[in-house]
Amino acid sequence: MQSEVMFAGFGGQGILLSGKILAQTAMDQGFEVAWVPSYGPEMRGGTAYCTVVISDEPIGSPIIKNPAHLVAMNRPSLEKFAGIVKPKGVILINASLIPIRSGRDDIDELIVQTTEIASEIGNIRAANIVALASFIARSRIVDFDIFRECVKKEFSKKPKLIPLNMKAVDKGKLAANFDV
Amino acid sequence: MAKVLMKGNEAIGEAAIRSGCLNYFAYPITPQSEVAEYLAKRMPEVGGMFLQGESEVAVGYMLFGASACGERVFTTSSSPGISLMSEAISYIAAAQCPVVFVNIMRGGPGLGGILPSQADYSQSVKGGGHGDYKLLVMAPASVQEAVEMVTEAFVLAEKYRNPVMILGDGLIGQMMEPVEFPEKVAAKPSDKSEWATTGMDTRKSDKRNLVKTLFLDPEELNRHNLMLKEKYKKMEAEEVRYSTYNTDGDYKAVIASYGTMSRVCKTAIDMLKKEGIEVCMIRPQTLFPFPEVAIRKAVEKKSCKLAISIEMNMGQMVEDIQRSVSGIVPVKWYGKCGGEIPTPEETAEAVKKYLNNEE
Repeated sequence: MQSEVMFAGFGGQGILLSGKILAQTAMDQGFEVAWVPSYGPEMRGGTAYCTVVISDEPIGSPIIKNPAHLVAMNRPSLEKFAGIVKPKGVILINASLIPIRSGRDDIDELIVQTTEIASEIGNIRAANIVALASFIARSRIVDFDIFRECVKKEFSKKPKLIPLNMKAVDKGKLAANFDV
Repeated sequence: MAKVLMKGNEAIGEAAIRSGCLNYFAYPITPQSEVAEYLAKRMPEVGGMFLQGESEVAVGYMLFGASACGERVFTTSSSPGISLMSEAISYIAAAQCPVVFVNIMRGGPGLGGILPSQADYSQSVKGGGHGDYKLLVMAPASVQEAVEMVTEAFVLAEKYRNPVMILGDGLIGQMMEPVEFPEKVAAKPSDKSEWATTGMDTRKSDKRNLVKTLFLDPEELNRHNLMLKEKYKKMEAEEVRYSTYNTDGDYKAVIASYGTMSRVCKTAIDMLKKEGIEVCMIRPQTLFPFPEVAIRKAVEKKSCKLAISIEMNMGQMVEDIQRSVSGIVPVKWYGKCGGEIPTPEETAEAVKKYLNNEE
């Protein structure tokens, strides 16, 4: 079985980091993984996206035409990529910045106010972790407890950020169960 | 050692250190600047050295000098940077210095673009610099393979006293994959006392070592070239590396592909199999020496109608495949330039089109 997740948003929203944490979680769980970034001539505030491929056997092509899931953190990303997600996939929409919806009825649309949630727990920069937690809780693509450990590991060099990110993980998970 | 999730560029830097290479000269260029960034931090931790040259031209000669003095050295760059080093590469090959080069290719010609490409195949395999010389060229298809090839490159460079080029595309450098490093230094340093200018105090004989590339006597230069030719022939006899995929059945075509593109082809082959179309792949892991015999044997199978070179360039490997198949089947090409990597769907479609035209 192979699954693919595309993360997309503005540069600076923590898109590449979200993908990396998912890849790390999947690897720790024993899966084969590939993390493929976009590295075009981008600038701060430009578009950023990456694809994470997760498989229980060696990964062939790391280049994916149709990902199984999408985490869209800004409007241009949703407009650009909503159409390429495979049926039955999860499309997470960051409702704090995206006023529109995917327009698809064959996918599982997950709407999360990531910025508001992150701001409630004390720092809007945790919005990407809120989104990632929410996505993982909904898609069950990896084990949630291993994911929680990976977030801790990711911030091990900045331990004072761990409590904030643990809150982001919990709130994100909670948000996955509510459709706004 | 446990697996770690690492970017190809960083893993290549770490692999060089673990191969006992403590000298890194380089000049930053996208998409491989992370190697320099990583080694700027890592080299001092292990007592090694990273020196950024004022240009790739200078870097080439820093490598030449340090290697001539018996040091294990390597550099990383990307396409335009390798062009600038090409003069030094010719000198290094002439002087038989064991230097490892890594080219994380980007689109060309000229400044081109910064996205993945395989457009430096001919530059690496056929020349690049002047004169009759060959590089041993290796093409990794994953981050793990890149790590293993770095170690092997140092061994082969010293075995043959010849520069080795690791030819990866931009994606090999930028992608993160799990890697496992060898516990111990896997590439023991070779005895260089017979040729390197290491100073007389460590030397057993009182013979003077001289590293040079100038041979004004035509007979002497001819002998030098013949000796190099023998060396390249030995590489062709002993160092061909390749892997195969789906070669058991009655396939209709043989794909030859390397690097990231070969992984796309592997998925395309699986897709075609589901439609009942059998296609196999020979993946050269060394581009020089080229797996000529393996490709010829593959196309000799009765069911095989075609050979297809699939690369992220305009078909630079085609003539090597033609040479290998010596007219048994026609040789086609599919690929893209500029940084866009063909998807498995597009690749499968291209293969199908060629097969339909054959029937």
